[in-house]
Amino acid sequence: MSLGKLLSSAPLHDPLADPAPGTNNEVKTTTCYMCACRCGIRVHLRDGQVRYIDGNPEHPINRGVICAKGASGIMKQHSPARLTQPLLRKQGSERGAGEFEPISWERALDILTERLAKLRATDPKKFALFTGRDQMQALTGLFARQFGTPNYAAHGGFCSVNMAAGMIYSIGGSFWEFGGPDLDRAKLFIMIGTAEDHHSNPLKIALSKFKRDGGRFISINPVRTGYSAIADEWIPVRPGSDGALFMALIHELIAADLIDREFLARYTNAPNLVVLDGGERDGLFAFDPEAGALPDGRNPHNKLVWDRKTNAAQRAQTDAARDVDPVLEGRYTLADGTPVATAFELLKDRVKECTPEWAEQITGISAQRIRKLAREIGETAMHQAFELPIAWTDVWGTQHSSVTGRPVAFHAMRGLAAHSNGFQTVRALSVLMSLIGTIDRPGGFRHKAPYPRHIVPNYRTIHSPEQVQPNTPLPAGPLGFPAHPDELAIHDDGTPIRIDKAFSWEHPLSAHGMMHNVITNAVRGDPYRIDTLLIFMANMAWNSTMNTMQVRAMMNERDEAGEYKLPFLVVCDAFQSEMVAFADLVLPDTTYLERHDALSMLDRPISEFDGPCDSVRVPVVPPTGDTRAFQEVLVDLAARLKLPAFITPEGTPKYRDYPDFIVNFEAKPGIGFLMGWRGADGSKSLKGEPNPKQWEMYAKNNCVFHHTMPESMQYMRNWNRDYLEFSLEMGFRQKSDAIQLAIYSDALQSFRLAARGKGTKRLPPAELRERIDTYFDPLPFWYAPLEDAVSDTTSFPLHAITQRPMAMYHSWDSQNAWLRQIHSHNYLFVNPGTAQAAGVADGGWMWVESQWGSVRCMARYSEAVDPGTVWTWNAIGKGKSAWQLDAAADESRKGFLLNHLISEDLPFAGRRISNSDPITGQAGWYDVRVRIRPAAPDEPAESSPQIDAVPAAPGVFGRVAEAVMFFARGKK
Amino acid sequence: MHPAFSVILFTTLAGAAQGLVVAIAVAGLAGAVLPPTFVLTSLGVAFVVLMLGLVASTFHLGRPERAWRAVLMWRTSWLSREVIVLPAFIAVVALWLLLAWTGAAQGLVPLLMIAALVLSALLWVCTAMIYACLKFIQEWAHPLTLVNYVLLGLASGLLLAAALGSLTGAGAFALAAAQWGLGFTVLGAITRIASLVRNAGIRHASTLQSATGIRGNNLRQTSMGMSAGAFNTREFFHGKPLWLVKRIKHAFLVLAFVVPVLLLALALSTGASAWLLLAFVVQYVGLIAERWFFFAQARHPQNLYYQVVS
Amino acid sequence: MSASPRVAANNAPARKKQLALVIDLNVCVGCHACVTSCKEWNTSGSAGPLVDQNAYGANPTGTFFNRVQTFEVGTFPNTQTVHFPKSCLHCEDPPCVPVCPTGASYKRPEDGIVLVDYDKCIGCKYCAWACPYGAREIDEDRKVMTKCTLCVDRIYDKNLAPEDRKPACVKACPTNARLFGDIHDPSSEAAVAIRERGGYALMPEWETQPANHYLPRKITEIIAQVERES
Ligand SMILES: Nc1nc2c(c(=O)[nH]1)N[C@H]1C(S)=C(S)[C@@H](COP(=O)(O)OP(=O)(O)OC[C@H]3O[C@@H](n4cnc5c(=O)[nH]c(N)nc54)[C@H](O)[C@@H]3O)O[C@H]1N2
Ligand SMILES: Nc1nc2c(c(=O)[nH]1)N[C@H]1C(S)=C(S)[C@@H](COP(=O)(O)OP(=O)(O)OC[C@H]3O[C@@H](n4cnc5c(=O)[nH]c(N)nc54)[C@H](O)[C@@H]3O)O[C@H]1N2
Ligand code: SF4
Ligand code: SF4
Ligand code: SF4
Ligand code: SF4
Ligand code: SF4
Ligand SMILES: [Mo]
Repeated sequence: MSLGKLLSSAPLHDPLADPAPGTNNEVKTTTCYMCACRCGIRVHLRDGQVRYIDGNPEHPINRGVICAKGASGIMKQHSPARLTQPLLRKQGSERGAGEFEPISWERALDILTERLAKLRATDPKKFALFTGRDQMQALTGLFARQFGTPNYAAHGGFCSVNMAAGMIYSIGGSFWEFGGPDLDRAKLFIMIGTAEDHHSNPLKIALSKFKRDGGRFISINPVRTGYSAIADEWIPVRPGSDGALFMALIHELIAADLIDREFLARYTNAPNLVVLDGGERDGLFAFDPEAGALPDGRNPHNKLVWDRKTNAAQRAQTDAARDVDPVLEGRYTLADGTPVATAFELLKDRVKECTPEWAEQITGISAQRIRKLAREIGETAMHQAFELPIAWTDVWGTQHSSVTGRPVAFHAMRGLAAHSNGFQTVRALSVLMSLIGTIDRPGGFRHKAPYPRHIVPNYRTIHSPEQVQPNTPLPAGPLGFPAHPDELAIHDDGTPIRIDKAFSWEHPLSAHGMMHNVITNAVRGDPYRIDTLLIFMANMAWNSTMNTMQVRAMMNERDEAGEYKLPFLVVCDAFQSEMVAFADLVLPDTTYLERHDALSMLDRPISEFDGPCDSVRVPVVPPTGDTRAFQEVLVDLAARLKLPAFITPEGTPKYRDYPDFIVNFEAKPGIGFLMGWRGADGSKSLKGEPNPKQWEMYAKNNCVFHHTMPESMQYMRNWNRDYLEFSLEMGFRQKSDAIQLAIYSDALQSFRLAARGKGTKRLPPAELRERIDTYFDPLPFWYAPLEDAVSDTTSFPLHAITQRPMAMYHSWDSQNAWLRQIHSHNYLFVNPGTAQAAGVADGGWMWVESQWGSVRCMARYSEAVDPGTVWTWNAIGKGKSAWQLDAAADESRKGFLLNHLISEDLPFAGRRISNSDPITGQAGWYDVRVRIRPAAPDEPAESSPQIDAVPAAPGVFGRVAEAVMFFARGKK
Repeated sequence: MHPAFSVILFTTLAGAAQGLVVAIAVAGLAGAVLPPTFVLTSLGVAFVVLMLGLVASTFHLGRPERAWRAVLMWRTSWLSREVIVLPAFIAVVALWLLLAWTGAAQGLVPLLMIAALVLSALLWVCTAMIYACLKFIQEWAHPLTLVNYVLLGLASGLLLAAALGSLTGAGAFALAAAQWGLGFTVLGAITRIASLVRNAGIRHASTLQSATGIRGNNLRQTSMGMSAGAFNTREFFHGKPLWLVKRIKHAFLVLAFVVPVLLLALALSTGASAWLLLAFVVQYVGLIAERWFFFAQARHPQNLYYQVVS
Repeated sequence: MSASPRVAANNAPARKKQLALVIDLNVCVGCHACVTSCKEWNTSGSAGPLVDQNAYGANPTGTFFNRVQTFEVGTFPNTQTVHFPKSCLHCEDPPCVPVCPTGASYKRPEDGIVLVDYDKCIGCKYCAWACPYGAREIDEDRKVMTKCTLCVDRIYDKNLAPEDRKPACVKACPTNARLFGDIHDPSSEAAVAIRERGGYALMPEWETQPANHYLPRKITEIIAQVERES
């Protein structure tokens, strides 16, 4: 450097210079998996190393934006907790101690093959496969079905099955990945119980655009953070009480006649006549035997309405030529003397007592405010309606020249779902939305393919133990949607077939299984013992389990013979989570940047309102160490186990590997995991023969395939003939008939009838009859969460809930050097009034206690929380030294898990029953009741409970990672 | 602010050295004849102390090897000016020391004395202005900052001079220096207390409202956006409990002013040099506390943004 | 607070370019996307690498150029929660520049971006003291001062597609709460937003004239009001 330059006032450091000249820069596209939202990303590599990840502007989901997690993917790739080789628990060491010896993949696969082959040949249900926050249920489900075990489910049961099932049983689709609010055209948006959601970036994009365009945004939530922060109006509600609010809104809307009567009469079962004779078919719909003699919800098109013109019962919707004018209200008598009433009439009766004053007592929202809200919803829907000039034809052949927009959109998530009254609450919301006619209409709720599905979807799981046979695939999928007691997975004596008791009388409509009960049930041998539990991508020893400490202890429980009650535990994870320490065998997975993944239409795709959409991940960096993608392992294992779908007639592996499987597997001829670039040369879309170059074509096209349907197929899809035919053709449905909205659920009624000893030979066990009778109400209603009945709510006056922080994904981001700087530990947020009354100081140590457990944590005052509620960020607290954090890390020292306060079961009829929604088995995370008190001054300033530290597993990067962290050092 | 020990050390050491040099320069210019041992010792001590200060101040730098660059921006930066003045002052002291040692070129000595006086004054201005020019640190942005730097420097320098004088046989000078030191200590106490009083009454111009522009009552931070802290939570907070800060304030008032005054009175009445030395040492310790408090008391408006973890 | 006069009127005399961010508090949901995207870009860009200390230990801490904070106003149930992103405001009269003894802290004449020259900086931290906003962070590893560069190494990078020549945080922000532009160009999106939506500056009392502005949270309704009305 010349002296002149050295002394010159011009900058020495050229901020515009290439920071790494001479390096090889590349950009590859793939799909993010820092959360389940599945945004398109561009991965910028410098000499093959990931240096920068941004949103892919060409991607329909995120259109170029990214979130805090997505932008921190680099640090996940460099996590010190990375598992790099298969591990076997050390002989003689306890589960949970985390002592392992490394083994080869060949050995790992041999162990698995031998064990599983034996189980498959004897009693396949002794193998259980449960998967957490994954996105490959089409493959894992297929594996389980081919194996022949019913004991399969993903995380939906502890996640949001209430939201999915509550809406699918009502409108044929749901929020979550299957549908959402049309904020482009809504004028009023009401968001209920949502903190972050699976539709993370798209919702943010839509929300800000909606607000900027002048839309009005109301948030109903006990807490005001995140999205609620920017709401024009925040309505704090008591946890678990929203159902009452919805019932009161329905009451008000009907009273003010701010409902879409035409829509109700034509597109819902509101005018259908319900039998009220107290007989075998009491409460089911009156039907026309000529149109198919089925007594319940399984045949929707034989129902009767009361025709205004003929003043007689007539068959409901048929072809366009028939001129039936159904009345919505009234009680009638059929020709055979059967007393009937319209479903709508029964709904009116139901809400008669549900006044705003009634709801005020339950929700804490004043009656005036409820009235105002109802008026605003009704008036916006009815008086600000608009027509879009989009011609479409309904399923009955009537041509329409436009679609009607009813610009009130709702969105709700786990604030409704994660309560034991969530199913009926979500039903109430669905009915509310149906009343104002906002289903698949502009400005309201919109479906996403493959939804809408039939109500009830035509997916049935097994219903008899005979269907589970050695060395035989299941004749049905392990999961499904029961529409009738005959479709429950139970033995003749009414006991559950499944280890998690899903689809049993305890939780009949548990469409997503009940993962949260697997370990407890298996250890208790209730309903039976299993041999091998394979857990993929779920941290069941920590944050996705209730009653965490006991569940950890249970995994170590032994029987009289000294054998583990849960004999073999296999964990597939990419990182050293709390769960890994409990594994007998650890299968180290790749990361999302290292593997192929298909986000398939056969699973939960990323569809948009305007058409089906699927996407893939392609590896952008090579696998680390000796890791293998779980998909590869499954395809390999399936062939080793000779599962029919995975082998040739000669018994050799049918698929080379997972990419080969994805390309060549066909669920039906022409329909595979991926819709894009099908046909031998990739020229076909949606359907077509396998294309050997399909992956390359996805890779070249931003890893996403988006089929935009003509506008005429984008709305009113429950009744849109062109769309329904398309969905049949694509295999989304098995029929192309109309999907009438279920204001009144005859499917639920058929369970209630069984509880009353009617309509079926399959009757619930005596102790469950009253429970089924109560909760399987065909009309929505509000009841207090089950925990309230077994809690002394004067001793435990507060509700305790969690929220997802936007910059953290469950448990798995605390290993991320950037994200953990944002949230390295959590506080319990308490309204200052509540805290002061209890003597708890802002920032002070305190105890939160439920009747099930207690936690010591730190308090943070907040005026943005209902005084009867306390909350914290979910899953920030960690087990000591898990994730290769220091034993002194904030996460374990100061962070805490609310799960310790929650019980996985509740006392019931002299025994225990899952702490879940009695209908769907959805885990009741947000029902727990607590009290608070200050910690004593002499107590340690440390969260409680604490667990023992575990050593770094062999091959785990551990501390070394800090030395190899390529950013941190080197450039001075 | 977070009191950096290197800066505390530098400002207190340099202040004392400046005071010492000023004392002998003024005496010299006033025509007093000082014993050479005393002059030599004093200049030697001043030189060493200043060098210590210089070293201490570079500890504060992240990149001391580039410290030379700091002379470049003298047009705008008081820190740059200080970086120029300090070596110049040291150079003058060193030269003076050299001449005193060798006895050469004695004609230059008065010039060096004047130069030392001027540079010392400038150095006080620079040092004080480094703090006083930050207008939003309202505790500092006041003429009293400069006054205190000067007076406390003079007081400690005079006490040091007195102590050194009595130890090296400059008894008369030591007596005078002790008297002057007593005067400046009292004066310094008055102005320092004045600044304490003033600071206690400051209405901070920046509020959470003005910092965020968010309107409404009961505005509070619930999260500073990170949970384990950052440069912003380390550099601008003393991180000590309020009671300790208060105690340090009382300690410096006692150690820097009350005790030295008593000890000086004792020294003046008994003529024992040990008291003088003790007076200096106690005052110096007091000044370290004073400087600590000077930093700790300064409320930086950025702290408004970094209050709450959640 | 009213719009800062400096950016206001359309007929203001033509000034030199002043690039800046305008943050819309009406739509910021506090997601921290801007925080980590900033870190991610800059750590591999010309400003980096940005240090992380105790990355997996107690008190993890490190350099970030941008932070998102949360404030609450009012009392339950009339509470507003405001997410508040903050990075260097690229003051038009930046107190952090003249104090720097080395000239390492400087304001670019061509676009008003305030930068640190990492090759000159001696890490004396004086500029950080002189910033009322806490917008500068010392890099404890490299021992030089760092701060938001307004992604100067992106916005002029000819190797990037024109639509990518924006700050990383702006591109990341899912709610588009971060507008970027020349606030001296009255027709820029940023200047229009400031003018029309009451864009304000932080701590106007120090006359630093921050170039970054904030669009105030519009409070449309509070519960007390709703209940009074009905
Ligand atoms: N108190 C409370 N508890 C809750 C909730 C709540 O709201 N409150 N929410 C519940 C809900 S909705 C859910 S979905 C669950 C989520 O709980 P989990 O399903 O347990 O999800 P994570 O904690 O994210 O952990 C999943 C595991 O996946 C691992 N993993 C990450 N990436 C990969 C990969 O690429 N491959 C493999 N094989 N493994 C990987 C992680 O290391 C981690 O061990 O938590 C539930 N628990
Ligand atoms: N950043 C990030 N994103 C995620 C996840 C994550 O961990 N991090 N997890 C993903 C997963 S698995 C899921 S399931 C989704 C869940 O997405 P959300 O459903 O948005 O998740 P939760 O954080 O459980 O939010 C529940 C919200 O409901 C509120 N609430 C609780 N009880 C009630 C009630 O009774 N009534 C009302 N009205 N509100 C109530 C809570 O205050 C909270 O705001 O998020 C997904 N997205
Ligand atoms: S929302 Fe989820 S998928 Fe999208 S960028 Fe963020 S972490 Fe990745
Ligand atoms: S915000 Fe601070 S660092 Fe940025 S220009 Fe203004 S004074 Fe300087
Ligand atoms: S830290 Fe660097 S940029 Fe800041 S004042 Fe010192 S030399 Fe200048
Ligand atoms: S402009 Fe660039 S450097 Fe500044 S906050 Fe945004 S991303 Fe960070
Ligand atoms: S990315 Fe946007 S919405 Fe998210 S915190 Fe930053 S400014 Fe707010
Ligand atoms: Mo979930």
